[in-house]
Amino acid sequence: MKGCKALVIGGSAGSLDVLIKVLPELDTDLAFPIIIVIHRKKGTDSLLADLLSTKTQLLVKEVEEKEEILARTIYIVPSDYHLLIENDHTFSLDYSEKVNYSRPSIDVTFQSAAEVYGEQLVCLLLSGSNTDGVNGLITARNYGAEICVQDPSTAQVDFMPAQAIASVKVDHILSTEAIAAYINTLN
Amino acid sequence: MPTLSAITDEQVEILIGDVLEQYGYDFTGYSRASLKRRLIRLYTLDKQVSFAEFRYKICKDSVYFRRFVEQITVNVTEMFRDPSFYKALRHKVLPNLATYPFIRVWLAGCSTGEEAYSMAILLKELNLLHKSLIYATDINPTVLEKAAQGMFPLGHMKQYSENYIESGGTQEFSSYYSASYSLAKFDSELKAKLIFSTHNLVSDHSFNEFQLILCRNVLIYFDRDLQFKVLTLFDNSLEKLGYLALGTKETTDFSPISKRYKRLETEKIWRKINE
Ligand SMILES: C[S@@+](CC[C@H](N)C(=O)[O-])C[C@H]1O[C@@H](n2cnc3c(N)ncnc32)[C@H](O)[C@@H]1O
Repeated sequence: MKGCKALVIGGSAGSLDVLIKVLPELDTDLAFPIIIVIHRKKGTDSLLADLLSTKTQLLVKEVEEKEEILARTIYIVPSDYHLLIENDHTFSLDYSEKVNYSRPSIDVTFQSAAEVYGEQLVCLLLSGSNTDGVNGLITARNYGAEICVQDPSTAQVDFMPAQAIASVKVDHILSTEAIAAYINTLN
Repeated sequence: MPTLSAITDEQVEILIGDVLEQYGYDFTGYSRASLKRRLIRLYTLDKQVSFAEFRYKICKDSVYFRRFVEQITVNVTEMFRDPSFYKALRHKVLPNLATYPFIRVWLAGCSTGEEAYSMAILLKELNLLHKSLIYATDINPTVLEKAAQGMFPLGHMKQYSENYIESGGTQEFSSYYSASYSLAKFDSELKAKLIFSTHNLVSDHSFNEFQLILCRNVLIYFDRDLQFKVLTLFDNSLEKLGYLALGTKETTDFSPISKRYKRLETEKIWRKINE
């Protein structure tokens, strides 16, 4: 994949541990933004951004609505809002119906990112116990995005990545240890 | 880029132009990502088969246009959503309004009214309801009809009751409604202080002076320019030392009104400190 414009990572149960392992190994000059959508309880936002920012020199921040999406930055989607991406590469937040019983929904952000970034998008789906994200990967695939899934055998909860592999043609199945190195090659 | 979605960016612009011309509803300042998603949702829900037919129906069928407005705006809401916000209203904002002989509250973008009834409960518990009036407005007449009925699904009451207690509520939440079949019907005493009416934040003017304006989770659907315009409308409608409350992810920062406002530490509530 050449010229990655954005990496969107989706995850649910068991995905936080993966991020904690991956973030310290990322190059600190990544030429694209990383957008992280993970399911969690309401009202724990700043804690999560604080926790993750101790793991990397990259800037980690919770998304502000209408803010410009910048390289070398890791964006965390706030709880209880869906995250959409505008054509001018700014974020919008949305409080519409839950999707797959989830808000934020990984599907919603994968789909929105696919429409904006097309072939220059990379999607990565991590550990989880539901199927949120799978439809989004299918859309992203149709738009030519690169599709990666955590190797279910290395995931704490293998259901979500396994569902993805069963439903969509995946470009890379990555063990937890291989994720950071892969992301660094996108640079 | 391939055109894979049911509705393209260009078609979104065409529809925005159509409804402005045909009905005078101006969606040009709305977030395109959300509009497009809602349009695709409506197109799919209603099993539309071609854009041309969809467009024709929106333009020529005013009943369908009403459905269009209903569906492309997002109406999701809750009672006592974000309990810590209501707690701040209860302890830090409303006590400062208690000295006024009369309290006027504007709730802009009230959707189906859950926020308005929450506000009325709060005012009642602070002994202020008798001298308050809550103007609750929305662009969407259908949600306002629901709001005026003051009936919400009984199944939601458990969650609302938890929110209420977390927000510092002092009574038995169920004392505010009576259950009838699957609905919770809220007290007419609360309803008596609520005025529901349509108001479009994009095109309608200020209609009164208020001590408190709440507009939560509406500005997120607007682009920055429209946000500034609407914040100015609020500024023009707010008395000095009045309060403006926004949604948890919204802000007055960067806007032309920001220098006249001082934020209450943790919540998205600002006080107007200068004219
Ligand atoms: C997500 S709801 C917010 C409901 C409630 N304030 C809350 O936070 O729970 C957004 C509401 O804004 C309304 N709205 C959208 N555009 C508007 C406009 N131009 N003028 C007035 N209301 C508008 C919608 O109809 C919808 O009811």
